[in-house]
Amino acid sequence: MSTLTDPPKPGFRLSQLIYDTRYRSITIQVIALVLIVGAFWWLGNNTVNNLNALGKDFDFGFLNSAAGYDINQRLIEYDNQMSHGRAALVGILNTLLVAFMGCVSALIIGVFVGVLRLSKNWVVSKLMAVYVEGFRNVPLLIWILLIGAVMSESMPQPREFRGEDATQSMYFSDNVAVTNRGIWIPRLGFANSISGEDAVAPIDGATPVAAGGADWLLILGTLALSLIAMRYVRNRADKVQQSTGDRPTIWYQQLAILVIPVGVVLIALGATIVSPYLKGFNFTEGTHLRNSLIALWVALSLYTGAFIAEIVRAGILAVSKGQSEAAAALGIQPSRTMKLVILPQAMRVIIPPLISQFLNLTKNSSLAIAVGYMDVRATLGGITINQTGRELEGMLLMGAFYLALSLLISGGMNYYNRSTQLAER
Amino acid sequence: MSDTPVTYVRTQMLDQQAPPTSEVGPVRWMRENLFSSPMNAILTILSLYVVYVVISHVGPWLVNGIWDADSLSECREIIAATGDGHHSAACFGVITARWHQLVFGYYPSELYWRPVLALVVFLVGIAPVMFPSLPRKLYIVTMAAPFLCFWLLWGGSIWFPIAIALGFGVGVVAHKLLDANVSSLAGMIGAILLPLIYWLYICGPLAGGLASIIPLGIEFVPSRSFGGFMLSIVIGLSAIVISLPLGILLALARRSDLFIIKTCAVVFIEVIRGIPLIVWLFTAQLLLNYFLPPGSSFDLTLRVIIMVTLFAAAYIAEVIRGGLAALPKGQYEGADSLGLNYWQSMQLIVLPQALKISIPGIVNTFIGLFKDTTLVVFIGLFDPLGIASAIRATTEWNGIYWELFLFIGIMFFISCFSMGRYSLYLEKKLQREHR
Repeated sequence: MSTLTDPPKPGFRLSQLIYDTRYRSITIQVIALVLIVGAFWWLGNNTVNNLNALGKDFDFGFLNSAAGYDINQRLIEYDNQMSHGRAALVGILNTLLVAFMGCVSALIIGVFVGVLRLSKNWVVSKLMAVYVEGFRNVPLLIWILLIGAVMSESMPQPREFRGEDATQSMYFSDNVAVTNRGIWIPRLGFANSISGEDAVAPIDGATPVAAGGADWLLILGTLALSLIAMRYVRNRADKVQQSTGDRPTIWYQQLAILVIPVGVVLIALGATIVSPYLKGFNFTEGTHLRNSLIALWVALSLYTGAFIAEIVRAGILAVSKGQSEAAAALGIQPSRTMKLVILPQAMRVIIPPLISQFLNLTKNSSLAIAVGYMDVRATLGGITINQTGRELEGMLLMGAFYLALSLLISGGMNYYNRSTQLAER
Repeated sequence: MSDTPVTYVRTQMLDQQAPPTSEVGPVRWMRENLFSSPMNAILTILSLYVVYVVISHVGPWLVNGIWDADSLSECREIIAATGDGHHSAACFGVITARWHQLVFGYYPSELYWRPVLALVVFLVGIAPVMFPSLPRKLYIVTMAAPFLCFWLLWGGSIWFPIAIALGFGVGVVAHKLLDANVSSLAGMIGAILLPLIYWLYICGPLAGGLASIIPLGIEFVPSRSFGGFMLSIVIGLSAIVISLPLGILLALARRSDLFIIKTCAVVFIEVIRGIPLIVWLFTAQLLLNYFLPPGSSFDLTLRVIIMVTLFAAAYIAEVIRGGLAALPKGQYEGADSLGLNYWQSMQLIVLPQALKISIPGIVNTFIGLFKDTTLVVFIGLFDPLGIASAIRATTEWNGIYWELFLFIGIMFFISCFSMGRYSLYLEKKLQREHR
């Protein structure tokens, strides 16, 4: 036998960077990194040049200067002497408000419609199918504009409510007024407010009341404590059931825990219902839901509700029939089968797509621009940018806000999703 | 006992008795489907009442609709002249009077054949992709369609789209040559780099030179003239066509083992998906000029198409990633054990199966994308809703709302609903194939 071929030389040769799969991945990544850094450098360089050419700088100081514009819907105190930053915060809160309201109502609509679409009742299921297909296949923007037009074009004017021969009347014994300038609903006023605000009589001769933020916090806090106590009572009932087999009747305890503390707080604060009434050319007092809010809210809820209905339907269909049959075989009452067997399993299928629908709704709330709702796009991304000429900074902040919100919602929901997910192997 | 005479044997069967009337036909159907329980009966009556209310309000308005009127006042005169003068009626005259505007926007009227022809070319090009039974020769149309449609829509010199198309030819040739003679990596790099160099430095002069030697072309139409449903379709379809390959690449990058590439893909996808499209459109309108070299500015419609494409690509990437994840691991391992390299195994084994699984999701993304094209109205383009407000701003049709919304809504409904049905058909077909 002649000589064997030499074993490959140890050590590193440059050609390995291309031909050896162990090193090639590093080569590719380095090239990619260089390209990406280069691209960003190019974009950044262009931006700097363009900003210089326009005589602008990159500075977030504009957030502290006076905004000088009014916002018609505000959840926190704001007037046009306050800063752009404050205006942006008002817009952010408005976005969050409509997103939250939309998520809640879309979920309710979606669950109802999804269940009804599975109904054996032919008329009902077909009606729901028409609703779902109608809303899923027409752009959201058209629905927003349409509902906005319904509100502003075909609702009565406030002056039609006036006088002896009024052509229009308020609903719910003069408590709710539906007009082309929005809907007025009653609000709560507090005679013994703890917020320290000045009490004003809503109508001549009435008890002076204040609409305090602190009062609402107190009420919500009481509600939260009640809910915790209710949970405690329920857990104790579960324990009794586990040990004795009999479930104690607790619904009256639950009801008492829910109602009595809040009722006591409301009476102590001297809460009274303040109804809207006609004053001059418009309604006053009560809470004014603007057309913009209503159009956006209703359209978002109906549109997203149609998508959620499909998700709920698919989730319920995904639970096999054997599950409910097994529950019956175990002797679980039919009324509890849904809660104990079907829903927990359906929820696993429903929750992940539901999260993305909530995310979609939140992002779609930026269509507020169609009806002039003052969300963060209208304040920070609209008037502020136009007034200060700070497109770059404004858009950056707005993008960061939406991104953070999306990541937060999906993060939170994914955490919840993991806790309900089946632990497999 | 066997010889006991049988006294009576029935030799003929009796005719079957008719079932009770409550168990047949519409009565039974109604009992089972509408009134099976008190709750169901209440629901039925309630829904029938809702249907009645809607029809009694909208029905006459629709049926009495006036189709031939040139202005809102003329339409109202016709309504007042007919019937008792107090009934409601729709003024669909706006649709007949402004039909061309709603469909083509401000495109020159003598050139309407061009967008129509472009649509026909596109449909012929997409046919072999959608229906595999068609002859494979049609793929030639598929490959030529993007350039032909571009040329038909915008017009100008024919050499420009041809020069662009040549770039792809350069890429294919470079890939073939380098792959066979040098290495597959060199083939990949060459297939990307050479066309880029060609487009950046050679394409423009070549097209210009050819155009000056043989001036062959049709009238140029600026993007500002695009509008109506034509604009929606142009933005939607071009975004769909370009975003699919981009989305595939992004999905592959996100599942890649290479850390830097994976990180970039994740960041890109999450940032795009985390921010609403409308913010991206405003970015295209307000900020793009900051990021490009000073003095360069390009068409707003083109910017919108790029933005919508990137937006759709991120969503499609997530859909395809789902398809890739749903594929059994054995498929990847099988491809490796056959000795295929990364691109071969993706192209021959993984992607055909993964794409098949994700088709319904991709179609749904396209439906969403097509609906989202209405958002371009906010940056001043004349999509159907923009045309609608332009029509409303004229003296003839000032104050017309419902008819336009209804018309635009129905047009969108028809296209999105049929796309959705196609996706369902595909889903069913794929399920059958897997069995």
